[in-house]
Amino acid sequence: MVTKLKSVDVVLVGFGWTASILAKELADAGLQVLAIERGEFRDTVPDFATTHIQDELRYAVRGGLFENLARETLTFRNSFDQTALPMRHLGSFNPASGVGGAGVHWNGQNWRFLPTDFNIRSHTEARYGKNFIPADMTIQDWGVTYEELEPYYDKFEYLCGISGQAGNVQGAIQPGGNPFEGPRARAYPLPPLKRSYATVLFDKAAKEVGLKPFPCAAANTSQPYKNPYGVQMGQCTYCGFCEWFACGNYSKSSPQTTILPALLPMDNFSYRTLCDVTRVNLDSTGKRATGVTYVDVQGREFEQPAELVILCAFAQHNVHLLLLSGIGKPYDPRANQGVTGRNYAYQITSSVNVFLDNNMNPFMGAGALGQAVDEFNGDNFDHGPLGFIGGGYIALWTTGGRPILQQHGAPEGTPKWGSGWKKSMQENYLKSASVATHGSVMSYSGSYLDLDPTYRDAYGNPLLRLTFDFHDNELKMSKFVTDKAALIAKAMNPRSTKINYREGHYSILPYETTHNTGGAAMGADPKTSVVNRYLQSWDVSNVFVMGSSVFPQNPGYNPTGTVGALAYWAVDAIKTKYLKNPGPLVQT
Amino acid sequence: MRLASFAFGLLGLFGLSLTIAVPAQAQGTTYTTIERGRYLVNAGDCASCHTDQGGQAYAGGLALPTPFGIIYSTNITPDRVTGIGNWSEEDFYRAMHNGIRRDGKHLYPAFPYPWFTKVSRDDVSAIKAFLNTLTPVRQENRPTKLFWPLNEREVVAGWNELYFRDGAFVADPKKSEQWNRGAYLVEGLGHCGACHTATNVLGAAKTTENLKGGDFGEHWYAPSLTGHLRDGLGEWSAAEIVEYLKTGANSKSAAAGPMAEVVKNSTQYLSDSDLNAIATYLKDFPVEKTATQAAEIDKQDLSRGEALYVDNCTGCHMENGEGLTEVFPSLKASSAVQATLPDTVIHVVLAGAKAAATLSKPTGLAMPAFDRKLDDKQIADLVNYIRNAWGNHASQTDAGAVSKIRKDVENGGG
Repeated sequence: MVTKLKSVDVVLVGFGWTASILAKELADAGLQVLAIERGEFRDTVPDFATTHIQDELRYAVRGGLFENLARETLTFRNSFDQTALPMRHLGSFNPASGVGGAGVHWNGQNWRFLPTDFNIRSHTEARYGKNFIPADMTIQDWGVTYEELEPYYDKFEYLCGISGQAGNVQGAIQPGGNPFEGPRARAYPLPPLKRSYATVLFDKAAKEVGLKPFPCAAANTSQPYKNPYGVQMGQCTYCGFCEWFACGNYSKSSPQTTILPALLPMDNFSYRTLCDVTRVNLDSTGKRATGVTYVDVQGREFEQPAELVILCAFAQHNVHLLLLSGIGKPYDPRANQGVTGRNYAYQITSSVNVFLDNNMNPFMGAGALGQAVDEFNGDNFDHGPLGFIGGGYIALWTTGGRPILQQHGAPEGTPKWGSGWKKSMQENYLKSASVATHGSVMSYSGSYLDLDPTYRDAYGNPLLRLTFDFHDNELKMSKFVTDKAALIAKAMNPRSTKINYREGHYSILPYETTHNTGGAAMGADPKTSVVNRYLQSWDVSNVFVMGSSVFPQNPGYNPTGTVGALAYWAVDAIKTKYLKNPGPLVQT
Repeated sequence: MRLASFAFGLLGLFGLSLTIAVPAQAQGTTYTTIERGRYLVNAGDCASCHTDQGGQAYAGGLALPTPFGIIYSTNITPDRVTGIGNWSEEDFYRAMHNGIRRDGKHLYPAFPYPWFTKVSRDDVSAIKAFLNTLTPVRQENRPTKLFWPLNEREVVAGWNELYFRDGAFVADPKKSEQWNRGAYLVEGLGHCGACHTATNVLGAAKTTENLKGGDFGEHWYAPSLTGHLRDGLGEWSAAEIVEYLKTGANSKSAAAGPMAEVVKNSTQYLSDSDLNAIATYLKDFPVEKTATQAAEIDKQDLSRGEALYVDNCTGCHMENGEGLTEVFPSLKASSAVQATLPDTVIHVVLAGAKAAATLSKPTGLAMPAFDRKLDDKQIADLVNYIRNAWGNHASQTDAGAVSKIRKDVENGGG
């Protein structure tokens, strides 16, 4: 029996980064807002307390903060001639469960995308000709420009208290910053983090090979900070437990450390935890959502009516819910028609390990303590003679020196086990670092999300099916950028280096990044996008979709900065346009 | 501005029903009197005691442990059966001024009438006018659990004879208007001395020790509010007192435990002029050095304490004990840290603490509990170090004292 609840103005599915932003902004506008979260409530104290959070076995190895795959998972295959199987172990990406979402266990690497990333198709066609883009590559312009998003990037950065060095303030290139970034209105709120020794060596080496290194922008606070909501943060202690962990020191930006203290006391905001949303309910026309259905921890089913339904779950989960609810035509890869599930993409990474003479003390780290170069990202370089699209940044990160999963291995030729391996690990633990590449992945007709025909979840709903593989374009690009990384690594004067190219098929098992994108792509054309430029469903105008599921392809940067900017951009449109005149914000 | 516009919207929608909901007694009372009453109810921090954890506002039921047993706060909503809906203004004044209930029986001095007696008739009327506007809650008062003979209310008459002097506040003409306003708030409605003054064996505040620090019970020690340099406000500026009461923290300290409740429910709502008046009054106490038994602590214990401090505390409180201005409180030169009894520090280490979340500082930064990480001896070493490092001086504690506090804290939060 379904219990029908009292209607609210806005229901948010999920209670992570985007839901927290939307909740605060819409509650400030006077609306009655409810967030429904499948995981538990979590806060810095007691859940992330420094008395227990720095536990690599519990949180990194056993994934203490990640979603429980025994309750919910997806099926995976590399191509549509294979049969997808449900995953009982995820390594490639680690979605969260619980209040704060993956915003709790991220590293804090905060980037803006390049202006040309937002109009990649028109820009590429204009610069390299229409035939430069392979036929099965389904990349598209976003429908929103960097210039339009700039004020919202700024909002997110000042929400988080980002530590960094501006590269381009209102068109003026700043020394020491990233000269390739789009113009920003003002500098970062906080100065860059203190550098690790390894990043100092990287900086020197990159300059020697003629590149322009800069400190990476970090959602790890270099100084105490108070954000525009009045919420206070401490100062990073460089403990080296950011990614896969929560911060116990109030110094990594998360919903808990930047929004919730100002949001939770509001009378017109409420949240429910341990509740799984299973459907967005539509009226008989299919053009208007009436609310959502969810199941609580006791298995009771509720209907929560709402005037506005906003999907704020993790990327794949938003797409899963759209497919289950029949919002947007499901994508058919053979006919290249339909939209929901279309343009899934991931990230492509590689690394060059360097073994040096001096101690790097890698245990003093922070999630976004890094030095990077951006010469080979996006269209910052001439792709004409290279025959691929996209690029990536090259960075040396000192995120920590955790002993189980975070050492940089041993030089080539070291035995794989036994006393020889132990001796080498002992010699190299303090004296190694890794130059990493972080590359873009384009979207293709063969990379998509749909409902699995065989496997079902605890509620009897089909699991989400992921079909994805690396394409030649990405492997070629990754090799090119990795070779550039190797040049920098060599200039660091190491005893030896070990190049780890990304080769072969994509595997869902080894960790790379939790940067899943697409499936609910945004765009200017309803034939190729699920949501319009304001992240509003083309088909059901009182449904909005947040998060990286709206990225039409995945640029060569970490996504969170853009996820935050898009959330502020969308909520601004809801407040200033939609609420005044509910209905489609873009006419077809 | 948000709150204002939101509330305005609500008023617009429900203005009519609001007027109807106001009980009969409130009719004829002006809006300004009711609003003044609301302000005074906040100033008196009525909510902290008269609201149970998770209970309805002002419906009472909170257990107040005393050395003589448990007293439960009462329902002060205008319910006619279980609250004070039937009380006349005169009845209410007698309770505030003389500690006598409507039925003529004595109230226990857990209700701070020894301070409230100083509140003016006019202010008491405004308080009652505001309480009359609350939604009536039907909730029976819980009987006290006091030992004989204290369970007989007549006993209080003898207590009053000994320790209670009724009488409204009398201004000191030699002092400024601001000083007198501060004295009226501190010694009257604010009832600061109820916690911050040492008590005798019968629980009466020692008049000679006014505001020089007191044991709140439940292992919270309320430090001196007089001019003590080490464990009082001797080193605080008036502006720092104002900031602390307004926001819950300043560069010297952050409210925790019961004081965090006081800031959250009471002092943050006081006007700047009243806060300045309080600071003026408190800063008029003469500066005095605290006679301390300078602790003779074993050097090895101290260095063990220092090592524990570096491993567990420096992330927030920093190696120099100064914390981070405006974020994590300083332990160096802190009056709470160097208070006569070490209970507050031990309590915070064992159970953690959460700063007051106020309108101006909404974060409510929290410290985790270390009860599962550190044993009694370690906590004793750590506390001795904190209380005697960076120029701090305070008495010594030991594992036995920590063990006792640990038991109490584990048996219900102190």
